[in-house]
Amino acid sequence: MASDLFGIPADQISGSSSPETIEAWDSVQHLNLVLALEERFNLQLSPEEIEQMKNVRDIANLVESKLQATPS
Amino acid sequence: MSSQDKALDLRGEVDRLISAGMPRATALRLHELWRQESGPASAAFLISRYEKLRDKLSLLSYRLAILRSFTVEPVVPLLRAAAFCSGIDLRIHVGDFNAYAQEILDQEGQLYSFSPDAVILAVRTADVAPELWQDFASLSSNEIGDAVRRVSSSFQQWIRAFRHHSQAALIVQSLEQPPRPSFGVLDNMSETSQSGVIEQINQELRRAANGYRGVYVLNYDALVARHGRLRWQDDRKWLMARLPIAAYQLIHLSSEWLRFLVPLTGKTAKALVVDLDNTLWGGVIGEDGVTGIKLSAEYPGVAYQEVQRALLDLTRKGILLAVCSRNNPDEAIEVLEKHSGMLLRPKHFAAMRISWNDKVQGLREIAAELNIGIESLAFLDDNPFEREQVRATLPEVTVIDLPGDPLQYAAAIRDHPAFERLSLSAEDQQRTAFYAEQRERAQAEQNFQSKEDFYRFLDQEAEISPVTAATLARISQLTQKTNQFNVTTRRYGEQQIAELAAQQGSQVLSIRVRDRFGDHGLVGVAITRDRDEACEIDSFLLSCRVIGRTVETALLAHLAESAARRGCKQLIGWFLPTKKNAPASDFYRQHGFELAKQNGDGSLWSLDLTQRKIASPEWIKVSMMNGGHD
Repeated sequence: MASDLFGIPADQISGSSSPETIEAWDSVQHLNLVLALEERFNLQLSPEEIEQMKNVRDIANLVESKLQATPS
Repeated sequence: MSSQDKALDLRGEVDRLISAGMPRATALRLHELWRQESGPASAAFLISRYEKLRDKLSLLSYRLAILRSFTVEPVVPLLRAAAFCSGIDLRIHVGDFNAYAQEILDQEGQLYSFSPDAVILAVRTADVAPELWQDFASLSSNEIGDAVRRVSSSFQQWIRAFRHHSQAALIVQSLEQPPRPSFGVLDNMSETSQSGVIEQINQELRRAANGYRGVYVLNYDALVARHGRLRWQDDRKWLMARLPIAAYQLIHLSSEWLRFLVPLTGKTAKALVVDLDNTLWGGVIGEDGVTGIKLSAEYPGVAYQEVQRALLDLTRKGILLAVCSRNNPDEAIEVLEKHSGMLLRPKHFAAMRISWNDKVQGLREIAAELNIGIESLAFLDDNPFEREQVRATLPEVTVIDLPGDPLQYAAAIRDHPAFERLSLSAEDQQRTAFYAEQRERAQAEQNFQSKEDFYRFLDQEAEISPVTAATLARISQLTQKTNQFNVTTRRYGEQQIAELAAQQGSQVLSIRVRDRFGDHGLVGVAITRDRDEACEIDSFLLSCRVIGRTVETALLAHLAESAARRGCKQLIGWFLPTKKNAPASDFYRQHGFELAKQNGDGSLWSLDLTQRKIASPEWIKVSMMNGGHD
């Protein structure tokens, strides 16, 4: 997903990738990332949670904890 | 394989096909990916790959500006990806946040320097009429009236200013209703209700738009209602990112915009070719028989009646229907003619191919018979295998995807942007009847020994008239759609036609033709401009319906005669060749014009009016109407 949105190959994205290390990761793409996550995993992210999304690892952990909290 | 794995797999295949240098195959896989997954991530992927292919595919480039009072940025990639799949390479300019009014009024500003082909004005009720949205209960009836007048006149002012500065199309979103009116259920009982005054503004907006060419209203409230008012909004995203619309609804806003852009770019379907078994009725006629197929007002036959109802509505918009079915013709025709559940009858179909031949061949033959390009065909078939085969062999054809449930077939047809129209001419509404008459003409023609005898038998009457308010839309439409008998293929919008007609020394003429079989309607256009002592033919075109009936000679004779009467010494005209206008390539030479100039664009032909005349064919009765301008 991040590879699609930021236009870079998946093998160049790691857990520590963040807006500081990826040039295309600006505020518009951050919003697109939030929308893509909500759509793909069918969840809602609160303003506080979006605030926590500082790098790819944080995002993965956040999504995982939310998916476990809401049995589908 | 899960759908996510499949989508990943498609991405890999796309990149392999790009490296292999196979742009058309790549585009097919990109469309497949978009059908499976139309969200922000796939949109970004599609756009980046399409940008690599841009020069290798024949895409139509189009410039869209979006003026807005809220965050639309996440819709932009969705719209661009969907537009790519419709063959449109969309460049998008998004206006500054809440700067829409200044941008419309400022002739020197960013909007007009972007020189858009179309502009969308997307403002929310909450932004343009905040007091009606949130403080309605505290307003006096005078204050309500003031607010309605203020907002209505703002819309009028913006539209007027826009038309003054630009010829681009303008799409204005109407105002949405609040999900919960201030007075609750009482709102509906009071004389000036919140929903009533918002509707009043929308009515004023529609009236203002109707006063201009190329200004369209998008019924935003209906869009929101269709997808569920409460589910449409997302208050958290509004507070966080000024995005008032829920993430999963953005694709619906994008689709609604595309329903305007597809007709604006002419990427529409002129004819829909339909399958029969399990598409127009449930079951297989060859196995179930006339009494066994499912087609009635009750479940499950009702699903197919709804399909037929949707198709009937298409014919009323001027879209032709044709049948392409692998069947025994006698059995299929018996259903079409006699089955009590059929809403469609043989007269609704402009062409039929019922045989055991393959569908690709059938589609090619139907395009040839209807005299339209293969890219103007759409294809409806319940069988995914047939759809895939048509997609792979004839990528120009618009293939309608059908969901698994027949009850949703009709919606899939109604939702498709290729069937949208932004205006309707009288010709559009009668097109199916025109084609039925055309078949009778073709049969009659075979009974005559010479062409001249056939022409005399036809009893053609032609009526030449300057453009009027009533014919402007049709004239513009003909310049946009006519590809074959068209000497310069210059495309003009309605606004441009109106401006051409108003210019000193310019003439915009149309020709209507009738014969013993019926009325062809308005089928030809000529635009001329007098300069010094020459009259130049800017455009000369004829609908394929009347090619080969000498109508072109009658119209050209009129141009020559009236130019001579105005004192012109020469009648000149360019022939600019395209892939499709070969039928007009000999037009000037055949009428005695001499080649005056030739360059890389085409050839310039000239007729000396002091020496020569063009004889109007004796078998056409020509009359000149003084329609005048209004």
